[in-house]
Amino acid sequence: MSAEISTTGLGSEGPDYVPANESAHVGFGSHALALLRKSGVAAFVALALIVVIGSILWPTFHSLDNMRNVVLGITYIGIVAIGMTMVIITGGIDLSVGSVFALGGVVAVWTNNQAGPVAAVFATILVCGAVGLINGTLIGIAGLAPFIVTLASLFGIRGLVYQLTGAGATTYSVSSDSAFAWLGNGTFLTFGIPIFIAILLYVTFHLVLERTSFGLTTFAIGGSEDAATLMGLKVRRTKILLYVISAALAGIAGMLQASQLVSASPIIATGYELQAIAAVVIGGTLLTGGAGSLVGTAAGVLLLGAINAFIRYLQLDSTWNNVVSGAFLVTVVVVQRVLSYRRSD
Amino acid sequence: MSSATLPVRISSIDRRVALRWARDNGVYVALAVLLIYNIFFTPRFMTLENLNVQLVLATRVIVVALGMAMVIGTAGIDLSVGAVMALSGALLVQFSGLPAVLAIVLALLIGGLVGVLNGFLVGVVGIQPIVATLAFLFAGRSLAQLLLVGRNPSIQDQTILSIGSGKIFGISGLVIAAAVAVSLVALIMRRTTFGRQLLAVGDNARASFLSGVPVRRTLIGVYVLSGVLAAWAGVMDTASITSANALSSGLNYELFAITAVVVGGTPLSGGRVRVVGTVAAAILMQLLSSTLIFHSATDAISQMVTAVVIVVAVYIQRVRSQA
Amino acid sequence: MSTTTVDTASPVLEARGISKSFPGVKALIDVDLKVRAGEVHALIGENGAGKSTLIKVLTGVYHHDAGELLHKGKLVSFAGPRAAQNMGISTIYQELDLVPTQSASRNLYLGREPRNRLGLIDFAQMSRDAEALLRDFQIHADVDVPLTTLGLGTQQMISVARSVALDANVVIMDEPTSSLEPREVESLFRIIDRLRADGVAILYVSHRLDELYRICDTVTVLRDGRLVHNGPMADLPRVELVSTMLGRDLESTPHRTRSAAPAADERETMLELRGVNWRNRLHDISLTVSKGEVVGLGGLLGAGRTEVGMAVLGAEAPDSGTVMIDGSPIHRVSPGAAIEAGVALLPEDRKLEGIFPHLSIRDNIAIASLPRLSRLGLVSDKRIDEIVDTFMARLHVRATGPSQKVGTLSGGNQQKVLLARWLCLNPKVLVLDEPTRGIDVGAKFEVRSTIDDLAKQGLAVLLISSETEELVDQSDRIVVLKDGRVVSVLEADRISEDDLIEAIAAVPAEQAGDNRE
Repeated sequence: MSAEISTTGLGSEGPDYVPANESAHVGFGSHALALLRKSGVAAFVALALIVVIGSILWPTFHSLDNMRNVVLGITYIGIVAIGMTMVIITGGIDLSVGSVFALGGVVAVWTNNQAGPVAAVFATILVCGAVGLINGTLIGIAGLAPFIVTLASLFGIRGLVYQLTGAGATTYSVSSDSAFAWLGNGTFLTFGIPIFIAILLYVTFHLVLERTSFGLTTFAIGGSEDAATLMGLKVRRTKILLYVISAALAGIAGMLQASQLVSASPIIATGYELQAIAAVVIGGTLLTGGAGSLVGTAAGVLLLGAINAFIRYLQLDSTWNNVVSGAFLVTVVVVQRVLSYRRSD
Repeated sequence: MSSATLPVRISSIDRRVALRWARDNGVYVALAVLLIYNIFFTPRFMTLENLNVQLVLATRVIVVALGMAMVIGTAGIDLSVGAVMALSGALLVQFSGLPAVLAIVLALLIGGLVGVLNGFLVGVVGIQPIVATLAFLFAGRSLAQLLLVGRNPSIQDQTILSIGSGKIFGISGLVIAAAVAVSLVALIMRRTTFGRQLLAVGDNARASFLSGVPVRRTLIGVYVLSGVLAAWAGVMDTASITSANALSSGLNYELFAITAVVVGGTPLSGGRVRVVGTVAAAILMQLLSSTLIFHSATDAISQMVTAVVIVVAVYIQRVRSQA
Repeated sequence: MSTTTVDTASPVLEARGISKSFPGVKALIDVDLKVRAGEVHALIGENGAGKSTLIKVLTGVYHHDAGELLHKGKLVSFAGPRAAQNMGISTIYQELDLVPTQSASRNLYLGREPRNRLGLIDFAQMSRDAEALLRDFQIHADVDVPLTTLGLGTQQMISVARSVALDANVVIMDEPTSSLEPREVESLFRIIDRLRADGVAILYVSHRLDELYRICDTVTVLRDGRLVHNGPMADLPRVELVSTMLGRDLESTPHRTRSAAPAADERETMLELRGVNWRNRLHDISLTVSKGEVVGLGGLLGAGRTEVGMAVLGAEAPDSGTVMIDGSPIHRVSPGAAIEAGVALLPEDRKLEGIFPHLSIRDNIAIASLPRLSRLGLVSDKRIDEIVDTFMARLHVRATGPSQKVGTLSGGNQQKVLLARWLCLNPKVLVLDEPTRGIDVGAKFEVRSTIDDLAKQGLAVLLISSETEELVDQSDRIVVLKDGRVVSVLEADRISEDDLIEAIAAVPAEQAGDNRE
């Protein structure tokens, strides 16, 4: 009986009829290449290129002001991408983050209006974390495919948000001089608060990934879940926790954006999951799992932001954003693939 | 091996067969239950007009889901279908000077071209299907928007409009359009070498390759089919709302299609495509949504119920495969 | 050879009356096992006898349905593999249990990484520890690169090192030498000797009789989930061992009736490789196979035998050289073109490269013939049914019917289905890569008879096998490969198995004598 090894259920490895090369004895070259891909160098290079070209074309492109706005705009996707990166490293995926983002905004604003900003933060993390717990349980314990479970969550949570807001009939908003609004609009050293929060989160989770056994277990699950189980690692616990983190981070991001816009909307953040995935993939994390880094994701996120700015400066319709992002995604992934193929020769 | 093991194996096979029946036909049972419920508890349900309306509402998802089912049969996925739908509508507007049939054919061709691109990325370059088709999901809808800038999006051509609103013997043009697609896909999956090879690729791509199956060509072909079907659904959609709407046409359709495929019993891991199941599931999801609305549930609740149904369907699939 | 100092003290790990069932299958029935400190205990049995299940019960992966487990004399029940590990029971699995995308140092210490004062992982220390550990085992590898860049044998040795480093009192080894070069096998045996001297109890699972007789003290034989023999290794001669495993007297496997092979001057060359080169894998390979001839391809793991098969099938284009079928080169490098020209290849790993587990027997058999059985793209199901029925009967495929999913068949029947797939193409050249690996004795017999028949009917057969007995029995000629080169060509009726082993090891006669039993 052919054993059914745990997969994402999606067969997302892609058909691989390039004959596997058993012992690829490669020395320094492949070591360097692996390191490069790991840190999303392709994304950094593209980022640098855009900044350079943009600066040549328009003097204000590399101004602090512009940079600041660009980064602020992309911060929310950036935070979402943290959780997405870790989930993808285990070979899974979280399609529900867009809906949870919206949920976070609504929960945060409502709680703030009832009980103040501190309660709002806690409530957001709790509620969105609970969504992640449901996802994680279905995936980690019932063993259902992450793609499908989080797809269902995408629908379900969005529906929940509509229900809670009466499909936009009730508006949730805060006053622009409240403490809550400061989170999204306040600045420190002229940079928006969300940027600092994002940086803090990136640094924290980078350390967690690289230096704690939780992080190494994450990589291990992605590399070979069976091996990780046989080694006695706490696979299930880790998987569940990762989806909780992913949802909690999405909720925090939603809360921050709601704070910046001083209102929560049930229709925002559709498609955010895909942008996050794009940033993660562009940053060098493999969808098959087992390898990746938050440094790369940061590069991917910044790259998306830079593309947006570039297009704005070109005075093209913002619709072009998506077209260019899509093209970039394809290019980066093709380059990655070609590099990895050559490496295995 | 001693003969003692053989009888043990047979009884476990019987059980497996029984479980598989339950899993395979669950969608029909659910559909029947829902129909019966509606017949009793929903006023004016059993009129020809209403049944037609219900069916019509499901037609576009059916067409897209058929293409998605074939792609999933190769253990792949096509996230670009919604965007292709929007693009195809925009193209109809673009080609509005040409005779209708030509415009439609061109729209389908371009859908197929997107499929060639996707298939090339997946089959030749070797990129994962999620990522490869994700790119067009981003780009396609925006391309459609850009195409429509400064143009009148409404459709004037009578031929096209008749697909949307015309009737033959009381059956809506859309239903006929969908039926054509269903027949085509059923034919492909049941009677053609392409269909069998598709399933082999999904079950074990390496073994297919070593057995002489033209894997790359098959993969490109399946994404082309998905693109063409998505474009066809886009034509249907545009015809029925009489104008091209790049923002809403086909929105979230990739998700609806995947839902129909999964609930209909086609495994995401590939190797099996259930055409009738997919159609039934698409109708089921639509009917579920309508039923909820009939009984004054909000759109939101309907979405949440959809979510639960997906999870249950996949759970049943999972339990079956462990038997 | 192995010293039989059986420690009569109580065993370190003991299983009493262990039973374990899965839906439809009784994997273990009332099995006893005792492993003592400083003892190397062999656990053997055919595929499906229950060895893997027993190991998984002993290591906490499965929970037994009945019976008791005792560790150091105390009753235990493992909550999971971690619990067993914490008690000092360490396992080296056949399927590598390492994380391939991570480095050796991370794999070695996963779950028990050295920490610095802040409680974070101390990577520098970990690398140093890893290097020291590998040096101790005489493994030469870079501890900081991903495992996938190292050879399979090295990865296996690292797996060994990991288990040993866990300060185990019981080490269970499941087919540890399956991917090792002879030099690495020697390293492994040195490690085992050291463990034995340290008082570690070792449970050694293998089907390689030479190794077992060399290194093991006691033996337990399982058959169909039951214990059928237990005792000192020295007291059980080989022939008795094998017949205990099989449960019947050894039937003699058919010797190839070589008189059927065409005489040298009548040979009609069906398959010819000329100067095939493949960077790093094959060097200037030339060989021929004639109509009605069986040519065996022997050599160690990594010698390039499978690559030769892949070159014949056109799975990848070699850098230079030609492959000719029936006198003409194949016009396109693809399996499809090779199949059209008359090539058929049974792959080495039927699970990964051969069967379509969720498809029916019917679909599995028909897949390669689909182009021939259809017109204008439409398949003729009637013709498919005819062919499938014919071949299922001819090869005695045991199943409930052509719609049974191939994944549910036994290994032997799966192999027959694969054979049917190729035979219904009426090929001219048949390449078989390990055709009898991992299938029960009965099916082996049938497969070998079939090969014999096919050659008699005029097929040109290229037989790739690691079993020297099989090569010597079935082939007319044996081509020996080493490191991608042809090192010798032997006439099969003039050599014994030992001669073949020598040729493969490419070791001069005097030295070979030291390694023999």
